[in-house]
Amino acid sequence: MKILVSVKRVVDYNVKVRVNGSGVDIANVKMSMNPFDEIAVEAAVRLKEQGVATEIVAVSCGVAQCQETLRTAMAIGADRAILVETDAELQPLAVAKLLKALVEKEAPGLVILGKQAIDDDCNQTGQMLAALTDLPQATFASKIVIEGGKALVTREVDGGLETLSVGLPAVVTTDLRLNEPRYVTLPNIMKAKKKPLQIVTPADLGVDVAPRIQTLKVSEPPSRSAGVKVPDVTALVDKLRNVARVI
Amino acid sequence: MTALVIAEHGSGSLKAATLNAITAARSCSAEVHVLVAGAGSAGVAETAAQIGGVGKVLHADGDGAAEPLAETLAAQVGSLAAQYSHLLFPSTAHGKNVAPRVAALLDVAQISDVTRVVDAETFERPIYAGNATATVRSIDGTKVLTVRTTSFDAAPSTGGNATIVSIAMAADSGRSTLVSRELTKSDRPELTAAKIIVAGGRAMGSSEKFDEVLTPLADRLGAALGASRAAVDAGYAPNDWQVGQTGKIVAPALYVACGISGAIQHLAGMKDSQVIVAINKDAEAPIFGIADYGLEADLFEAVPELTRQLG
Repeated sequence: MKILVSVKRVVDYNVKVRVNGSGVDIANVKMSMNPFDEIAVEAAVRLKEQGVATEIVAVSCGVAQCQETLRTAMAIGADRAILVETDAELQPLAVAKLLKALVEKEAPGLVILGKQAIDDDCNQTGQMLAALTDLPQATFASKIVIEGGKALVTREVDGGLETLSVGLPAVVTTDLRLNEPRYVTLPNIMKAKKKPLQIVTPADLGVDVAPRIQTLKVSEPPSRSAGVKVPDVTALVDKLRNVARVI
Repeated sequence: MTALVIAEHGSGSLKAATLNAITAARSCSAEVHVLVAGAGSAGVAETAAQIGGVGKVLHADGDGAAEPLAETLAAQVGSLAAQYSHLLFPSTAHGKNVAPRVAALLDVAQISDVTRVVDAETFERPIYAGNATATVRSIDGTKVLTVRTTSFDAAPSTGGNATIVSIAMAADSGRSTLVSRELTKSDRPELTAAKIIVAGGRAMGSSEKFDEVLTPLADRLGAALGASRAAVDAGYAPNDWQVGQTGKIVAPALYVACGISGAIQHLAGMKDSQVIVAINKDAEAPIFGIADYGLEADLFEAVPELTRQLG
């Protein structure tokens, strides 16, 4: 079974972003693979190690530098990569359409995506891809078991867990608990440089990526200022009981 | 211009998050309808009809699932979409699962986690885990939104007298089936819904200490337990306790941060809490910069003392 896994290049989770009115400054900022996508790649690699998957194709959509993100995916264990290269702003619906075109070409048995990117925080692309390809979906996965042409997926839902059985091919999105991605080793980074990376454009795939949502402005949220230091626990309890009245 | 709110329900009762979504819907449109879909959901439909401000309840009942899965529910909503300007879901695991599927079926964008309705087509939403707020305008004919429940008041659960209209339930997709559902039976509230959260950082030192020091305080306060990424990575707390940009985003009435230095990625997940308490022995810890009440002390002494004084 072939697995398609999509990865997004985002501002590293340790960076404090600076708002500039129309967006967020990303010049000279450290960029990394979206953490949920790292979990998606790890999940695919583990399925290959279990002998369930035979090939892992990593896909990214965006600027030329996304090649670095794809190299990281291949260092974790993806076999080859496809970059849909464009400088245009890509919104989740557009990415889902690009991925749909690739799903039709590659015919994977399973598509794994991170549940959400930590930049736009949309949490949409996997569900949209499932709708466009008319495939079943299992989002926010904390466990994936493949058996008998189906995926048994345990999902993180409000208040607990639920397990779905979805027919393959299917679209799965990853939650935090699914796994802890391995550290990439230097030999694997070197090996990843030799793995094939194909570049296509949205036009090659016949997809219109024009944005449907206009960003009018980006502003700083109301900032929070430091409060007071209390000398001891008694003073703290007093503040919580009588000033803040939260206990 | 009519807005449709997709009700969330479980075990035969309407989930409270639906009420917040109804308030958001009323700022989008004067006329608000509610969809209740699921086998045996007549009671839920009647509850929904009592909600103040709801003009009509669409009730889809039939032989299918009590709580239809995403494939079926998205098809159900999609078939009704032509009559509506706005489709709203609460921004819960359930709403986030279904709303994008609906939007893609309609070939429209979806706007996630709306925190403010500026006008019928302009919305505010947090990006970068709340480190920035984007004001966005949708140019699509149908607006598909998920709304952050903590940003909108709950609509009154009584005072309405909506007509209930029965509609056909969408056929089950047959592509996915629910195998089991294990809802946590813990007395502890769920992290994202808790009014009080007690959270620990790397300074806890071990999972035993985490349990020994923080659990009694959480029990005393009826609080949920949370952790920083550093504590989770060190194995002191389970993954699903992680509060932060890559974990859960929380906004309780009281957040007690114990031995948490305040890395950006953690602050992003909890800075919307109403009152933040920080207990840390490092006077320079960034967490003090956003805490309402800071206590510079050894948490292994201060937390048990706090638990005692609350007793």
